[in-house]
Amino acid sequence: MFDSIPILSLITFIPLVGALILAVISKFAGETGREQLDKNAPRVALVVSGVVFLLSLLLTFDFDSAKAGFQFIEEYPWLGGGIEYRMGVDGISILFILLTAFLTPLCIIASATSVKSRMLEYMVAFLVLETLMIGVFVALDLVLFYLFFEAVLIPMFIIIGVWGGKNRVYASYKFFLYTLLGSVLMLAAILWIYSHSGQQLGSPTTDMRVLMSELKIPGGAQTWLWLAFFASFAVKMPMWPVHTWLPDAHVEAPTAGSVILAGILLKLGGYGFLRFSIPMFPNASLELAPIIFWMSIIAIIYTSLVAYRQNDIKKLIAYSSVAHMGFVTMGIFTFNTQGIQGGIYQMLSHGVISGALFFCVGVIYDRMHTREISFYGGLVKHMPVYAAFFMLFTMANVGLPGTSGFVGEILTMVGAYQVSPWIAAGAAIGMILSAMYALHLYREVIFGEQTNEKLEGIADMTRREWIVLAPLAIMTIVLGVYPALITDVTSASVENLIADFATATATGGE
Amino acid sequence: MLYHVIVFAPLIGAIIAGLAGTRFMGGKLGEKPSMIITTGLLFLSAILSWYAFIKIGGGHKEPDVNVLRWMDVGNMKANWAFKIDTLTAVMLVVVNSVSALVHLYSWGYMSDDNYKPRFFAYLSLFTFAMLMLVTSNNFIQMFFGWEGVGLASYLLIGYYYKKPSANAAAIKAFVTNRVGDVGLALGVMTIFLVFGSVEFDTVFGAIAENSDRKLPFLGMEFDAIELIAALLFIGAMGKSAQFLLHVWLPDAMEGPTPVSALIHAATMVTAGVFLVCRASAIYEAAPITSGFITVIGAFTAFFAATVALVQNDIKRVIAYSTCSQLGYMFFAAGVGAYSAAMFHLFTHAFFKALLFLCAGSVIHAMHHEQDMRKMGGIRKKVPLTYIAMIIGTLAITGIGIPGTKIGFAGFFSKDAIIEAAYTAGTVGGSNAGVFAFWVGIVAALMTSFYSWRLIFMTFHGKYRGDKHTFDHAHESPMTMLVPLGLLSVGALAAGAIFYSKFMGNAGDFWHGALPVHAGEHAALAPEHLYAAAETSHASDAYHDEVKHGGLFGWLFNKYHGYPWWVLLLPLVVSVIGFITAFMMYMRGRGAEQHIETIEETGGSPLYKFLLNKWYIDEIYDATFVKGARAIGDLFWKIGDIKIIDGLGPNGVAAFTAGAAKRLSKLQSGYLFHYAFVMLLGVAAIIALVFRTVGG
Repeated sequence: MFDSIPILSLITFIPLVGALILAVISKFAGETGREQLDKNAPRVALVVSGVVFLLSLLLTFDFDSAKAGFQFIEEYPWLGGGIEYRMGVDGISILFILLTAFLTPLCIIASATSVKSRMLEYMVAFLVLETLMIGVFVALDLVLFYLFFEAVLIPMFIIIGVWGGKNRVYASYKFFLYTLLGSVLMLAAILWIYSHSGQQLGSPTTDMRVLMSELKIPGGAQTWLWLAFFASFAVKMPMWPVHTWLPDAHVEAPTAGSVILAGILLKLGGYGFLRFSIPMFPNASLELAPIIFWMSIIAIIYTSLVAYRQNDIKKLIAYSSVAHMGFVTMGIFTFNTQGIQGGIYQMLSHGVISGALFFCVGVIYDRMHTREISFYGGLVKHMPVYAAFFMLFTMANVGLPGTSGFVGEILTMVGAYQVSPWIAAGAAIGMILSAMYALHLYREVIFGEQTNEKLEGIADMTRREWIVLAPLAIMTIVLGVYPALITDVTSASVENLIADFATATATGGE
Repeated sequence: MLYHVIVFAPLIGAIIAGLAGTRFMGGKLGEKPSMIITTGLLFLSAILSWYAFIKIGGGHKEPDVNVLRWMDVGNMKANWAFKIDTLTAVMLVVVNSVSALVHLYSWGYMSDDNYKPRFFAYLSLFTFAMLMLVTSNNFIQMFFGWEGVGLASYLLIGYYYKKPSANAAAIKAFVTNRVGDVGLALGVMTIFLVFGSVEFDTVFGAIAENSDRKLPFLGMEFDAIELIAALLFIGAMGKSAQFLLHVWLPDAMEGPTPVSALIHAATMVTAGVFLVCRASAIYEAAPITSGFITVIGAFTAFFAATVALVQNDIKRVIAYSTCSQLGYMFFAAGVGAYSAAMFHLFTHAFFKALLFLCAGSVIHAMHHEQDMRKMGGIRKKVPLTYIAMIIGTLAITGIGIPGTKIGFAGFFSKDAIIEAAYTAGTVGGSNAGVFAFWVGIVAALMTSFYSWRLIFMTFHGKYRGDKHTFDHAHESPMTMLVPLGLLSVGALAAGAIFYSKFMGNAGDFWHGALPVHAGEHAALAPEHLYAAAETSHASDAYHDEVKHGGLFGWLFNKYHGYPWWVLLLPLVVSVIGFITAFMMYMRGRGAEQHIETIEETGGSPLYKFLLNKWYIDEIYDATFVKGARAIGDLFWKIGDIKIIDGLGPNGVAAFTAGAAKRLSKLQSGYLFHYAFVMLLGVAAIIALVFRTVGG
């Protein structure tokens, strides 16, 4: 269908074009037009992101999931010296594009009423963010990837810094500091790879396909490069112990910011592991996998227990995100089908569920302007519909079978068990702890007698909120009942990844 | 199609009532239609289940029913699919019959409730999850049902969501079950590792070839099959409230009484027993774990019965009784008498549901009073409930005439279990069997005592509550009495009618669903129990007795050669229990005097120990609950804030000269600039370095 048009570039840059148009118009509008613009900006943004969503749906339908390699490839000259504009998708990346395109319109719908100032700029930031996020998943050139991968932080940094809560500066600072550390190391590694490719292949290149298949990196260097990439990905995931920026960032971010942060940005690290660490540094991956396992298990148990003690709703969900990402890293580094498929599944499913949970927090935050758990209680009295949605997403977060949350958890654990029962048993403890903190939260907020007078007369979900949460609820159940929707798409690419990994590790480094 | 309807009818009812009946979509459907639809669909399901039961029990073979593809990742394949055999058919009948009657009963019991569609939706949702559990043809779908019933149980225990105690009980149930579920999940993972499949037929078919397999697990080397058996059993312990994981069940009584009858007596809590029977092929090959199950089951039967002796809440007595009866089922399964376990599960579902619904009828009549100390002498107010409860009590205490086919349901099934334990102990040489036999006898004595104590304290003697309640006490409406009547028929006759089916020879009822021929301890499977007993009574000592034994000799022959005292003992202790309860609570001022004494003295230390449930809740609270909180705080306040943040970002900030100043500058609103500088910096670094590296 898309043979003649650069579909990936379109999907990537349509939001940016939309953002530019909005920005340019705002320059020409006077003070009087400003109000009108703020009103219309969400509509424009919604149309733009809606088009992107439709295109990425078409892209997914057109994608041949039987093929393992990259599809819809685009190549144009860019910086030269082997650094070109290269794009393409495979089974691993395509669904992340769809997830991004699915969540962005929902964020825009939700923000149209919850954001109170500088609406136009907010929408511009979101559209830019969408371009950069999709860019990360379509890039097939290492430099292009790096550009998107780092630049994506900037709009998020701005969203938190401008539209965030009271402590937003500290949160932005922490966020920045952590990611900076990872970025610098990763950049150094990229440079090394670039120069090494020149020595080995004759001419240097940053074509990821060539680097993955042809570049041979000696054992010792692999370990260093792996660690450098790891520094960046681990912060993004985030893995324990570099996770403490996330709760602060979430707490300060506006609702839609949290949704994107948890829904998409946390997946960049996992995607990076799959795209770079395993195919490019297979021996180092194998060698260092035990470290990942330990960090994952600690993340699951440690952050679950911390989540249990939080008194801020968003912090609780943020910590639970760290725990859920522990399942992802654990699954990916099992190097077997169930583990990696489960890891990808868990990322996509968590994108839906955690996004939904942050939207849920937004619903009551918009009404009461507090996230204190103790402020609430007995919400079901006035908000039964909200309570029902929240229950569904809570159970999905707990990993109840029949919701998408279960599939990822069980697959990663099945994968991990094949490596070592210790790992699976450690992760399984997370099953108990997740029930503890999630049901605790639900009980304190939704159930019980409504004692706070301020909650008297709180309104149930608006139509707008329905429109945002219903698709997420449907996805949560559909993916739980029929996971083949995802696993069939990812299967060929994952099998290919595992086969290449097995060959590479069997022959040793050189 | 038949099985699609049986399983999905309750789901459809739940969806209709849950979406259209509740406030979720504005309550367009209304209360009555929601109730009619859910109850109607359940009765449809129940009637079709009996049809299927007769068909399958009669020998009809049904291939697996495939519904939808589910998990299909690598060689891990699990579909939404039904396995239809006699074991499934028995469970279908139990689940749907009790559920249909409980739906009907709830029309009356919940008549004052404001959220009826929600309640009925939950009940139907539960039924669906339970049906998915019992029909599954693989371990993953069973896990779906397993956790699905857990969800429904959580929702229904916490149904009165304003009550803090109900909320606490709901969470406790869910979390405790999750502890068991971790075991179950690890068991399923081990199964996948060993067999490369999670489908029942493949797994059970490959046990022989894997029987010598060893596996490392958490630093130790285990026999693979034993490990699987043990891990699955941990799941069963959670769901079926066995000792150490039983703590949630008594608290679950916070839910409305119909829920207690359906979920926490007849169906969900028996899922563990069902699991062990379903996986009997595994347990046949795991003698050590089977012995462990026998001991845990027997001990639970004993432990729960001791606690039930002194409880004052009418529902808690029955809850501990359930716990205790589940123990019986487990030790039956543990000694290999799976059909006896299933038989008791079957009869227990009827008489225990009956007891609970009767208790509900009493509570309904007494305006939600559950404390037996404030009851007494109400049999005249609720005569039909009284009769039904007597029937239930006769059934649970196992009253019947040995050597004949006359007796209440529990007489057949409980005695079958006790006899199986005896045979396993004496003929099979199992110490666990001997233990289970004697503990089973002692527990039967206590069962009889607490059951009659409940009757006497509630229905006899002088009324002890406030007068107003008594004056307004009334018999329940027809919607509640009809289920009581039907369940009474079950409690009366289910044992006699189905004894020969469940316990008969050669598996012409089970048709291979339960092992009656093969396996390591086939000698203990029911038909072999009899054969073994007959061999043993060929020995001289027994021979003499048969010859000269008169009535006992006749009994002995009649009952495949158990010694006469084994046959009579359960009945004897049951009568002793009745007499003791009668002497304590019916003579003189009976119950009143006991209540007064305890109020004055506080009771003996043993009494307090039992009343406080062996202090297990307190121990758990002091260790696990407080421990989790303390560790959580430690990780958060010390780990995250002091160590990680202190050495990390905050440390860097403090270390960097002028950091504070820079931070304050940030605060003055130059964020855009800051971000812009960051972008420029990144771009500059890229440009610079690529140039030098040689692009």
